[in-house]
Amino acid sequence: MTAPILSIRDLRVSFATPDGPVEAVKGIDLDLAAGEALAVVGESGSGKSQLMMAAMGLLAKNGTARGSARYRGEELIGLPARRLNRVRGAKITMIFQEPMTSLDPLQPVGRQIAETLRVHSHLSARAARRRTVELLDLVRLKDPERRVSAYPHELSGGQRQRVMIAMALANEPDILIADEPTTALDVTIQAEILALIADLRTRLGMAILFITHDLQIVRAFCERVMVMRDGRVMEEGDVATIFTAPREDYTRMLLAAEPEGTKPTAPPAPPILRAENVGVHFAIGRGAQLAAVDGVSLTLSPGETVGIVGESGSGKSTLARALLNLLPATGEVRFRDTPITGLSRRQMRPYRHALQMVFQDPYGALSPRLTVGEIVAEGLTVHAPELGAAERRARAVAALAEVGLDGAMARRFPHEFSGGQRQRIAIARAIVLKPAALVLDEPTSALDRSVQKQVLALLLALQAAHNLAYVFISHDLAVIRAVADRVMVMKDGRVVEEGPTARIFEAPATGYTRELIAAAFDLSAILAARQSNPNARGSASTIAGT
Amino acid sequence: MTEAVAGRSLLLSALLRLARNRAAIASAVVLALYVVAGIVGPMVWLHDYRTVYANYVKVPASLTPYPRAEEILPGAAAALRRARLTVENVTVVGDTATITVHAARPIDPRVTRYLDRSDLFADARLVSLADDALSATFAADVARHTFLVGTDANGRDLAARILISIRISLMIAALATGVALVIGVLYGATAGFLGGRIDNLMMRVVDVLYSLPFVFFVILLVVFFGRNVVLMFIAVGAVEWLDMARIVRGQTLSLSRREFVQAAEALGVPPGAILRRHIIPNVSGPVIVFMTLLVPKVILLESFLSFLGLGVQEPLTSLGVLIAEGARNMRNAPWMLIYPSAALTLLLFALNFLGDGLRDAFDPRDR
Repeated sequence: MTAPILSIRDLRVSFATPDGPVEAVKGIDLDLAAGEALAVVGESGSGKSQLMMAAMGLLAKNGTARGSARYRGEELIGLPARRLNRVRGAKITMIFQEPMTSLDPLQPVGRQIAETLRVHSHLSARAARRRTVELLDLVRLKDPERRVSAYPHELSGGQRQRVMIAMALANEPDILIADEPTTALDVTIQAEILALIADLRTRLGMAILFITHDLQIVRAFCERVMVMRDGRVMEEGDVATIFTAPREDYTRMLLAAEPEGTKPTAPPAPPILRAENVGVHFAIGRGAQLAAVDGVSLTLSPGETVGIVGESGSGKSTLARALLNLLPATGEVRFRDTPITGLSRRQMRPYRHALQMVFQDPYGALSPRLTVGEIVAEGLTVHAPELGAAERRARAVAALAEVGLDGAMARRFPHEFSGGQRQRIAIARAIVLKPAALVLDEPTSALDRSVQKQVLALLLALQAAHNLAYVFISHDLAVIRAVADRVMVMKDGRVVEEGPTARIFEAPATGYTRELIAAAFDLSAILAARQSNPNARGSASTIAGT
Repeated sequence: MTEAVAGRSLLLSALLRLARNRAAIASAVVLALYVVAGIVGPMVWLHDYRTVYANYVKVPASLTPYPRAEEILPGAAAALRRARLTVENVTVVGDTATITVHAARPIDPRVTRYLDRSDLFADARLVSLADDALSATFAADVARHTFLVGTDANGRDLAARILISIRISLMIAALATGVALVIGVLYGATAGFLGGRIDNLMMRVVDVLYSLPFVFFVILLVVFFGRNVVLMFIAVGAVEWLDMARIVRGQTLSLSRREFVQAAEALGVPPGAILRRHIIPNVSGPVIVFMTLLVPKVILLESFLSFLGLGVQEPLTSLGVLIAEGARNMRNAPWMLIYPSAALTLLLFALNFLGDGLRDAFDPRDR
């Protein structure tokens, strides 16, 4: 092995908080060779991002880094910002998770790329612009001449991430640090971006440091893996070894955290929720309408789970809200033969307890000023006003116990709980009313894989215990495969395909479904296919020839 | 471990964070002192804020009591000149002054009251009267007055005036802020939560009120209500709520898109209860911060109005009035400007530091 170009020794990061110092990274050693792809894997809070932030001098104000991080022999830790800037942004560049917020919304993307060129490579304005177009072409942004003057809001998430990559490549870096670059993107876009990064790597010979929680990507993309937990390295080795013969229990647990198994099929029963031709239209501008959901029909029986899959913007969350009459919708939704579409708040109230919802964001779905007990009991104050305070509290504690939380926690506030615990609280809030049907809108998307698995198990157990009907919305096909009886694939507000779970996953009928499934389960095949088929329009020579 | 422990609420943890901010705590202490000074001060202070000491007009701040030794002779002379007596000699032993006088006409013993009328002497009495009644000796206690920060242009103790003005300024601030708080939060939260056309209508009303020139508005109110301090500053609060309503509406708009509000809707919680239980408690952070910044604003506004002569009336006073008077006498009596200004500045500093501290403490980014 050649000498590493980035070498980190005993790096420690601590943050000064009002409750005393918190150590996020506790002594990490890392070597990155030229042209290598190394993955740093860990769940949230493992310190994987802070490790790289510290090396790049990008820690938050209350953070301090100790130890050593050498780039080609130059010590980066403690380097004054001016000298550090010669390395970062030029020789070591980063792309971040959120392409929405990493670009300045007030400047055309071309100017933002050109700015880094002019600062680091001292190009003239004209040369910088020419190079910007080349770069945008290199990251396969269609029509780069025109995109140069586009503002970030005119681009989609995937396009923005391409711009971010172009910006990172601008000064021919040795090392590209990719911090969860595809987490905010849809699976198909994710596959494209990963293929692009892999392609650029082979063409430009950069080393890539890939920070991620997604083992699928690691397997498809990297040669070496470092597993982190609580600021420490648990295990390190090449991908094949780690995936086939992990030494640590933690690594094994991570590997096993992919949702698996399928749901036993529910016995047939008369449907409790029946939606016919549901549509939701939003007015955009003068008279124009956007059909967020268009002509969707659905039936749901007790004990059954209908999975709704789709990428962002496919209308799946809007459909969920329309089913519960939280949005004005057309068509008809019947709950036990009562049409509920178009009922007023007051008319709807008697049915609310039977139709409950769990939201995606466990941080946003609980009111931060109420105690957990109050949150769980709130529905009871509406639907069972005859109960006394003591009885309400008892039922809330019982519901908390049912989702696996200690009833003694009822007097605590949501911010004292972890993401998984909060999602359990949200589920307790729904089931305390003894609903018949539960709409789950991406209930596990914001959770770590291992926590996701526990929450899914909880949901399945609750379903079996109460014969609940679920509408399970997710962009994650692995999750849907594990929990759903039937699957509906949505795109642009319409149902593209629907059928029993096994049929959809084994014999998808439409190209879109096939593409989704491939992107979700067979990333390496896609990457291999793209790389062996060099349809690149930009070429490596353009990047070398400045 | 599994005891039914009460959680640390957001408010409590914010206060704990605040407690670590030394500047904010110092400000809170200063503020508490101000409040005590405003409430108790005027009752226990050496002088009443209304008492006029005609002999001590615009005397400078001093720790030693008045009158000074060299002032006693001219003081006695001035007091007795009205009785057409000529002072020959004044000797002061301890707190008793012995005054020998002579006159062209016989001296009436009752002239001692001329001495009593002066602020310098008390309990004047005739010691001896010459046989021809043309000369006499009086004895009088010298009344010692301490004016720690001097007196104003009417000879009133400035310290007492500052204390009463702190009371008035704080009262006005509390009233106006309270009014702004109640109207602003209810109005803003309602508009933001209902949204749509009602929101539009409600906020246009706010815009219209905004466009009224403020001083003109105040003059109108003075015409309607007369110069009643309380009513007037309720009126000021009724103008200041516009900002509060906008802030609360913005917060409410972003809150009502949050999932916990949607969750409450999915539970079937009526709108009023959502507003009360979910929206208003969650706007309390920004509202508290805005309030602490509104208080100094109102005090300044009151100072400004009083400076223009639209504020409180004599003998009551406020910091603004005192500063206006001080500004007029800046050359010959600088203490009349310095001390009220210092009092106002310290108060505003304390309020602003506390407001900043609260904002940091409530800042969600810190959680």
